[in-house]
Order: sequence, then C-alpha cells, then structure tokens
Amino acid sequence: MLTLECPYCGIMADETELSPGYEAHLKRYGPGSTDAEFEAYMFARKNPKGVHFERWRHAYGCGKWFLAARCTATLEVFGTYPAQTSGPPPHIIAAIKARRPGWEAGQ
Amino acid sequence: MKRYSAFAIAREAIGNHLGWQKAWASPAPKAAYDVIIVGAGGHGLATAYYLGKNHGITNVAILEKGWLGGGNTGRNTTIIRSNYLQDPSAAIYEKSRSLYETLSQDINYNVMFSPRGVMMLAQTHHEVRGYRRTAHANALQGVTTEFITPARVKELCPILNIDGPRYPVLGALWQARGGTGRHDAVAWGYARACSAMGMDIIQQCEVTGVRSEGGQVTGVETTKGAIACKKMGIVVAGHSGQVADMAGFRLPVEAVALQALVSEPIKPCMDVVVMANTVHGYMSQSDKGEMVIGGGTDGFNNYTQRGSFHHIEETLRALIETFPMLSRLKMLRQWGGIVDMTGDRSPIISKTPLGNCFINCGWGTGGFKAIPGSGWAMADLMARGEPGPLAEAFDLWRFKEGRFIDESVAAGVAH
Repeated sequence: MLTLECPYCGIMADETELSPGYEAHLKRYGPGSTDAEFEAYMFARKNPKGVHFERWRHAYGCGKWFLAARCTATLEVFGTYPAQTSGPPPHIIAAIKARRPGWEAGQ
Repeated sequence: MKRYSAFAIAREAIGNHLGWQKAWASPAPKAAYDVIIVGAGGHGLATAYYLGKNHGITNVAILEKGWLGGGNTGRNTTIIRSNYLQDPSAAIYEKSRSLYETLSQDINYNVMFSPRGVMMLAQTHHEVRGYRRTAHANALQGVTTEFITPARVKELCPILNIDGPRYPVLGALWQARGGTGRHDAVAWGYARACSAMGMDIIQQCEVTGVRSEGGQVTGVETTKGAIACKKMGIVVAGHSGQVADMAGFRLPVEAVALQALVSEPIKPCMDVVVMANTVHGYMSQSDKGEMVIGGGTDGFNNYTQRGSFHHIEETLRALIETFPMLSRLKMLRQWGGIVDMTGDRSPIISKTPLGNCFINCGWGTGGFKAIPGSGWAMADLMARGEPGPLAEAFDLWRFKEGRFIDESVAAGVAH
C-alpha cells in the first residue's frame, strides 16, 4: 500500500484515501495551439521507469490536489509538495538526488 | 523438428521417453538479421510466426530480456472473446478468436483452447442498454453474441446469485464461442514453431539501445552485444515506453499494474467465464480447479509487477454478492503484471517516426485474447511496410488526429 503525506493536512494518507491524477507539470495548451502541442498535452506521456512526478488528490481527506515525487520502479516516495508550482521545488530535487545520485532534473 | 502426435507418445513410451527433442533451440545471437522482434511474449512470437508462415521471412531474431512468456503472457486470466463495440476492435479480436480455434493444429502444440462461453453480466440498467447495443453491433460485424435473460444466466452458471440486493443480474452479453486457453502453451507453441522455421529465440538478452541512421534503425545494442537488422518490431507491452524512448519517440502510453489471483483448487463448479464489470471482477475455473479471478488496475504508474492487498479486498468484496461461495474459499496466490494503457484503451499497431521500425503495444488489460490476430496484423505491417485492413485503424497518429477507437466506454473496465 502506497502511503503519501498530504502537504496540506500534514497527515500520512493511505492509497485508499487518495485519488491518482497521473503525470504532473504538464504544460496546458489552449486555443491557437498546434495539433502536435495538443497531442503532447493530452496523450504523450513520459511514463518513466524510475523518478516520476505525479498529481494526487486527498479525495477522502481535505480534498486538495497535491504533487508527489515517486520512483515507479521501486514505489519509493521522495516527497510531496503543494500543486501551486510549475516544477518540483529545490528540497524535493535534493531529496531525489540524495537517493538517486545519477538523476538529473528535466529527465 | 519431430511432430507431436498420439503416435509420437506411443513411440516415446517404448523408448523410455529419451527421444523427445527440446521444443526450441537457444542459439547465440548472429551479427545481423533481416528482422529483429524485441519481446518474446505471445504477441512478439506470434508476429515472428506469421512473418515466416504468411510472408516467408525467416531470418528473424526474437529478443527477450527475461524468459519466454514470463511477462504478461504468463500473468493474465486467459480469457478469449471478441464481443467489442467498435468495428476495428471487433475485426481484429474476432480474427484472433477464429485463429485460436485452429491454433493447436496449426502449430502442432496443444494450446488447450476451450470455447466454454464468455458471459458479461449486466448488473445496472446502464449496462443492460450498453450490452444490448453491443449485441446489435456484433450482429452487424458478424460476431456471434446475444443478450440473454437472468433465467438463462442462472442456467448457464448455477453458482451465480442473480437476486443480489445491490447488484442484481439483469441479463448478460453471451458469446458462446469465447472461452479460455493455456497461456504458457501459446507462447511455448509459437516459440517451437518459430524455432522450427529457423528463427533464433534469444532469452536473457535485454535491449539497451537502438541504433539509427538517417531516420532508419540499423540495429540494437543488447546485453549480449550489438545486433544489426533491416527491420525492427517493438512488441514489449509494459516496457514499450522504455524501448520507444531508446528509439527516440514518445508514446501515448502509461504503464500500470494489473493484478489477478487464484483460489485453492476445488471441484468443477463453473464451466463458463463470467465477467462482472460493474463490480470490477471476472472469474473462470482452471483445469486444475482453481478459481481464476482478475481485478482492476492500479491508478498510478508502476513497473514493479506486484499487486496490492487492498485491490484483492475490493475485488473479492464486490464479487461475493454475485458469487456467495467465494466467502468460504481460501485464496492461494496473487500476482501483478505491467500493462500499457493508451488514451483510448485500444492498442497501437503502427509505423513509427523511424522508417523501418514498427510498434505493437497498448493492449492494456486485454492482450492475451488478441495474440494470434495481433501477430497476424503486425507481421503483415512489417512484411509490406504498410498496414493491412486489420491494423490500419490502430496507428500511432490517431491520437493527434482525433480518430479514437474508444473501448474505454465500451469495455468500461479491464478487458
């Protein structure tokens, strides 16, 4: 069972208390964008085997969306952070690098 | 390659069973092949088999990072059906189902295809309307299905409780010619047939890089050295995104875990396959007597091939009303597989941005039933370089162009 800390409530929430929202930090495209941009936004996914940034919702708690940094190959959780950001904050990057020395942001 | 037959069993019985040959050879890789197939699961092996049988291409290597059929081919619940809503889906799954009917004779290997009938329960009024619509669509597509009454459901599967207070059975979509097969035998049988045609099946050989030049693949790097090829097919299910990444393109695919479980073996009590999509569970009884139960997928990206306990609880909790006998049954084993889910829950059999590289992926939770048809269509695409009628709707560019084959609504659940 995956357990994530809700950055708003500060409580550890079990997977059954959360709703998954898949890839985080997608750039949202609007009117006037090209077909390729819409395709990238709506369908093309990083789907990495390793470090991944995801959206989660504390559905059976405070109801807020938050983001998580997680390893898809080991289910290890590096940290969670509020959703009001366009990229992972420095302390999350540092936590990932501490466990995955070879990893680079933007991969 | 000596043929398997009743006569062969008698001959070997006299000879103390010393004359049986290995089912397939395990050669070291050659420096170059006409075609490299990455992935020796059911779909990869079927692709290689039909490349040889239908198109005469036998200078083929099938590379497998683990062992043959050890991925999703050996992890599914072996359901075979073709009662899909959309025309392109019905065409390829029906082709597949019909190939399964004669597959044992075709490859001289018993895949234990058992057309015992597949029943998809309608437990809400929404499902009744949906399955009636599917039955009409199937009639137009030439796929034999019918919508049956609750009384007929009870007759076909007496252990079902059709009067549950929460999920009463209101009818079912019945495909009498659907059923199950022996999943390992499908992989082993295709592997033996490919090996007999002179193809090389190379296990424990992981692809670590794709070499390309001027928009064409020239070969692959593997844990057993570099191998050159004229054409390459990527047929790796859950790891499609990884291999596509090596080849330099991105897929509309997410890898998630799907899990299944089996009970302790019991006496025969159920001779059909039952799928209960409202409660997210499906069940059949194996020849060993185990109840084989499939559940839902995890909702997040996962490559661990493990299940999680709460999914088992959810699946069984939901199934117990419909199958009360489950409450007295011990569960024996559970496992997970990594499935590649596309945006419209339909597969991709397609050309790629690299001219001589082709991909077959995105079968998600329903790949086993499609193995022969998928291999047939993929071999056709790889041999001619252009998709045939079975594959053309499943191209990679349908997401950009909005031509979805929307089975997520039609199937509603793992399928």
